[in-house]
Amino acid sequence: MNFIAKYFPNAVTMKDEFVQATGETLYMTFITAVVAGIIGMAIGVGLIVTQPGGILENRVVYNILDKIVNLCRSIPFVILLAVIAPLTRLIVGTAIGTTAAIVPLVIGSAPFYARQIQNALSEVDRGVIEAAESVGSGPIAIIFRVYLREGLPDIIRSSVLTLISLIDLTAMAGAIGGGGLGNLAINVGYSRFENDVTIAAMLIILVLVFAIQLIGDLWARKVDHTA
Amino acid sequence: MTNEAIIQLKDIDVTFHNKGQTVTAVKNVSLTVERGDIYGVVGYSGAGKSTLVRVINRLQRPTAGTVEVNGQDILGLKPKELRVARTKIGMIFQHFNLMASRTIADNVGYPLKGGDLSHEERQEKVAHLLDLVGLTEKAADYPAQLSGGQKQRVAIARALANDPEILISDEATSALDPKTTSSILELLKRLNRELGLTVVLITHEMEAVKEICNKVAVMDAGEIIERGDLVTIFSRPEKPLTQDFINTATQVDQAREKIFKQARTLGLDDHHRLVQLQYVGASTDAPLITELYKRYGVVSNILYGNVEILQDTPLGNLIVVMTGEPDKLSAAWQYCQDAGISVTQLQPTDPEVA
Repeated sequence: MNFIAKYFPNAVTMKDEFVQATGETLYMTFITAVVAGIIGMAIGVGLIVTQPGGILENRVVYNILDKIVNLCRSIPFVILLAVIAPLTRLIVGTAIGTTAAIVPLVIGSAPFYARQIQNALSEVDRGVIEAAESVGSGPIAIIFRVYLREGLPDIIRSSVLTLISLIDLTAMAGAIGGGGLGNLAINVGYSRFENDVTIAAMLIILVLVFAIQLIGDLWARKVDHTA
Repeated sequence: MTNEAIIQLKDIDVTFHNKGQTVTAVKNVSLTVERGDIYGVVGYSGAGKSTLVRVINRLQRPTAGTVEVNGQDILGLKPKELRVARTKIGMIFQHFNLMASRTIADNVGYPLKGGDLSHEERQEKVAHLLDLVGLTEKAADYPAQLSGGQKQRVAIARALANDPEILISDEATSALDPKTTSSILELLKRLNRELGLTVVLITHEMEAVKEICNKVAVMDAGEIIERGDLVTIFSRPEKPLTQDFINTATQVDQAREKIFKQARTLGLDDHHRLVQLQYVGASTDAPLITELYKRYGVVSNILYGNVEILQDTPLGNLIVVMTGEPDKLSAAWQYCQDAGISVTQLQPTDPEVA
């Protein structure tokens, strides 16, 4: 404790704030991950099956999905936060606070995840899909029993990548009123020149990122039987 | 063997459009496969054979033509009906196409998922299929742990899961070594015999056709240029490409080349003739050679000999130098032809040889 008291004089007095901020960051990350995960997964699968040569080839649907993903990914997140504030207010009732931050977080991360899923699933061997078709599997069976199953190791790796970038986004959202560790680091640590608070917040974020990376790697390795 | 057509392709065209270019992969092909056949489709890569057989289970929709399998119009089926029809047409591939994330047992059981069988019935079926292909002890392994030949056996077991009547083999032995190839072909032959499975075997190796097929079609540039039962095609190939394939398979070509290189040292004159004798059926080479000597005093020196047993019919190929008086040589020649043996005089005058 002496060590902490010596090098983190301000942070050590803010234990409650840190606990609350960490909770907020986890809350934003978790809810966004679930919502953006479902949306991104659906769009990613949609892109794969409707792409040229896909099992449900459809040029119109593919182009629409592709353009939406590109468009959303082109907007810098900080600007997105401001631009969609009215939409956020419409959905959540307010544009400020942790729950309100989830709207831009979802819109910011779902297209990214969709692209990751598309990449992961495009690694599934076309021949395996054809083999499944040849034994009479329909599109639904091929999506759930072949694509999502064969692509699982890559899906896990992409999910880790997306989660980590999502934590990055929560910090940004936090800085403009969403709460969480980003808020603590910028609005307390940086603004009040309490550098140790910033560093402490950063360290907690690093621990979160490493934990996600580690669990993801172990999990992916466990389900990967390609070698 | 009944003569009932199980697969009937009529006037099949397949064209692909790619960036303004039109490629015709299959041109006006008709093909009838009868129940119990092992029908070989041979051709070099790009000849259109894979595209042609993919039409059978509509993995490839033809641009024109009709497809009938088991009396059913495949092109007229709705998606759901097509899926049911596909369960009766098994298919195996050059690269096996197994699912890396599933165990061997799960790969074999995959086609049964979503079917009518209970979990226990499914397991029983999988065990039976693994036994059929001789891989019972690998049930819990993953594909990555298996050799190529074992993977193909798993693929065969998977293709048979729904008790199909037809098995399409798309270059299934092309990625395997010769010994493994033989064992896979042997397995296909056994399944044909024991289960009455009709097999369509696509390959670029005539050796594979020679081993198990009873009929063969040769494809070139999207068309079937020659077809017939195996023995006829092997004994009397008409098209140069067919001859090419057969000579490669029987290695007559290599033998001829070597002999031509030696030809200058043989000192051929009008008392010697270098000939190739070909015969089909029960006659063997020994009585012929003896007969030629007894009747005409013609001595035959065998430089190359090969007997293939195709569908239980021997097919012999001999390259000999006949030595004797010129008129006796002609008489011997006539005798061979009368005995139903095809005789070709070989002229070692290839530019590369001379």
